[in-house]
Amino acid sequence: MKEAVFTLLRQARLARDVWRMELSGDVSAITVPGQFVEIALDGFFLRRPISVCDCGNGELSLIYKVVGQGTQVMSCLESGASLNLLTGLGNGFSLAKSGCSPLLIGGGVGVPPLYFLARCLLKAGAVPTIVLGFNTAAEVFFSEEFRALGIRVIVCTADGTAGQRGLVTDVLPVGSSFVYACGPLPMLRALDRTLPCSAMAEFSMEERMGCGFGACMGCSIMTKGGARRVCKDGPVFPRESLLWE
Amino acid sequence: MADLKVSLSGWELDNPVIPASGTFGYGREFAELYDINVLGTFSFKGTTLNARFGNPTPRIAETPGGMINAVGMQNPGVDKVVTEELPRLARCFHKKVIANVGGFSVQEYADACARLNGQEQIGLFEINVSCPNVHDGCMTFGTDPFAAAAVTKAVKAVTSKPVYVKLTPNVTDIVSIARACEDAGADGISLINTLLGMRIDLRRRKPVISNVMGGFSGSAILPVALRMVWQVYEAVKIPVIGMGGVSSARDVIEMMLAGATAVEVGSANLTDPWACPKIIAELPQVMGQLGISSLRDIIGGAHA
Ligand SMILES: Cc1cc2nc3c(=O)[nH]c(=O)nc-3n(C[C@H](O)[C@H](O)[C@H](O)COP(=O)(O)OP(=O)(O)OC[C@H]3O[C@@H](n4cnc5c(N)ncnc54)[C@H](O)[C@@H]3O)c2cc1C
Ligand SMILES: Cc1cc2nc3c(=O)[nH]c(=O)nc-3n(C[C@H](O)[C@H](O)[C@H](O)COP(=O)(O)O)c2cc1C
Ligand code: FES
Repeated sequence: MKEAVFTLLRQARLARDVWRMELSGDVSAITVPGQFVEIALDGFFLRRPISVCDCGNGELSLIYKVVGQGTQVMSCLESGASLNLLTGLGNGFSLAKSGCSPLLIGGGVGVPPLYFLARCLLKAGAVPTIVLGFNTAAEVFFSEEFRALGIRVIVCTADGTAGQRGLVTDVLPVGSSFVYACGPLPMLRALDRTLPCSAMAEFSMEERMGCGFGACMGCSIMTKGGARRVCKDGPVFPRESLLWE
Repeated sequence: MADLKVSLSGWELDNPVIPASGTFGYGREFAELYDINVLGTFSFKGTTLNARFGNPTPRIAETPGGMINAVGMQNPGVDKVVTEELPRLARCFHKKVIANVGGFSVQEYADACARLNGQEQIGLFEINVSCPNVHDGCMTFGTDPFAAAAVTKAVKAVTSKPVYVKLTPNVTDIVSIARACEDAGADGISLINTLLGMRIDLRRRKPVISNVMGGFSGSAILPVALRMVWQVYEAVKIPVIGMGGVSSARDVIEMMLAGATAVEVGSANLTDPWACPKIIAELPQVMGQLGISSLRDIIGGAHA
């Protein structure tokens, strides 16, 4: 983990309430896709955890949805603004487990970390497929960016206004070597029920955080191996370790 | 040269800055970030006789100038602390540590302290009679002078180390509780623990925290903490460790002027992991500006 001041290079709206922020600063602590950063915001006591969407060459890209006051303030920041970030938080996805044809599954603002993951998998020689699930066409983002990587992209929306109609669990292709998923808890739970028992997978989890680096026990979940901190022992967990009650 | 040394019941600390229990784990996460030997000492995560998972999530809410937590005393239990955490800590921390202990019956407090008493790494006990997160047990000890005294006596009977009782602010009269602990043999008083609070999610129309209520901490509670440190300092002869909302060298000095011999820093560690070393580095300069040469001299300095 590192603390660093980043400069906001540019910001653009990608879909309804969804923004991309590009920043420059010291990204040396970010080593694995699936890690996250914590952003300090003036006037807010706690930092905001946001996944790394992409990073390299001293630049960091984050995609976030405006859901409350903190993300609202973020969306109003202008180019040149300085932001204090804790970077390199969390464990990240295990690239080594991917096999040659991994399946990536993202729901809503669970999609962003899969972009950095897809890039790293391609670099390692794997051929990923990605399933992107959204509620409705107005919320769809990044499908073109994934296509530009040259990978197979399956888009679905719950109301059928873009891509196939249905949930990610309705459109899963068969025959992947490993599954990486990030999205809301109901999506992950449904995935766990739908995927064949034999399917190896990693799920990225979300919890409200006090610190983001393992000190406060604010984000603990019970797993088959005992209590784990989503911020430090996760956010990525092997499918078989998770409990769904 | 600014003199930062203070002493707690004969234990001399290089400086009065102490990360507060529950915001510093058993030191490991912070030892990866800086040399934690710069600290006066630290108070480890509230430890109970048996391991506890604590409350379901969400455990955290935000509030202006602070936060609310309902962690519920998650800890590995006293045996694991003795066999795993303390030996691991010894490799990176060469000072004694404060053992923060919680419990759900007088006997449990005593048993946990008895188990820890033989550990040389422990400088003193901080007995948490004030955890607001647990449904029964903790709350009653700290809100009732007789119960607080009973815990104090039971712990004193099984330990040879100084016993500081950590009080809850969620009482009508903090002074009567502090006096009861002093009369029962406490060597010092630690205060304040978190204030009971809650937030409601406007969209879901439900409490943010699964446990409904939690402990409110952070900068916003500084004035309440100062007031209680002030009152307790006037009422007891034993030393007071002050805490609640401290996040700067100026806050440390303010706490000491109110009567604190040493000062704990809690939530500030969570939002700025380097908060404590920054405060320690800042202290000599702020002391210089305020004409303070020795911190020892200003303890209770604001009282007539
Ligand atoms: C590891 C991790 C990675 C994340 N990555 C992304 C991402 O890439 N893009 C994205 O849009 N969102 C992401 N989130 C969710 C994001 O952190 C929240 O949406 C955001 O904190 C909301 O802040 P707010 O001030 O707008 O909301 P408010 O509701 O006003 O915030 C109040 C408090 O609750 C916390 N909070 C509220 N909702 C959440 C939530 N869903 N998860 C965690 N904390 C929450 C806030 O951090 C803050 O402390 C991630 C969360 C985690 C834990
Ligand atoms: C996440 C969290 C966990 C805590 N856990 C404990 C604990 O286990 N035992 C205890 O005595 N106090 C605990 N506290 C209370 C703090 O030690 C401190 O008394 C309180 O937070 C006020 O200080 P602050 O405003 O600087 O945070 C906890 C506080 C927080 C924020
Ligand atoms: S948020 Fe503090 S331990 Fe995870």
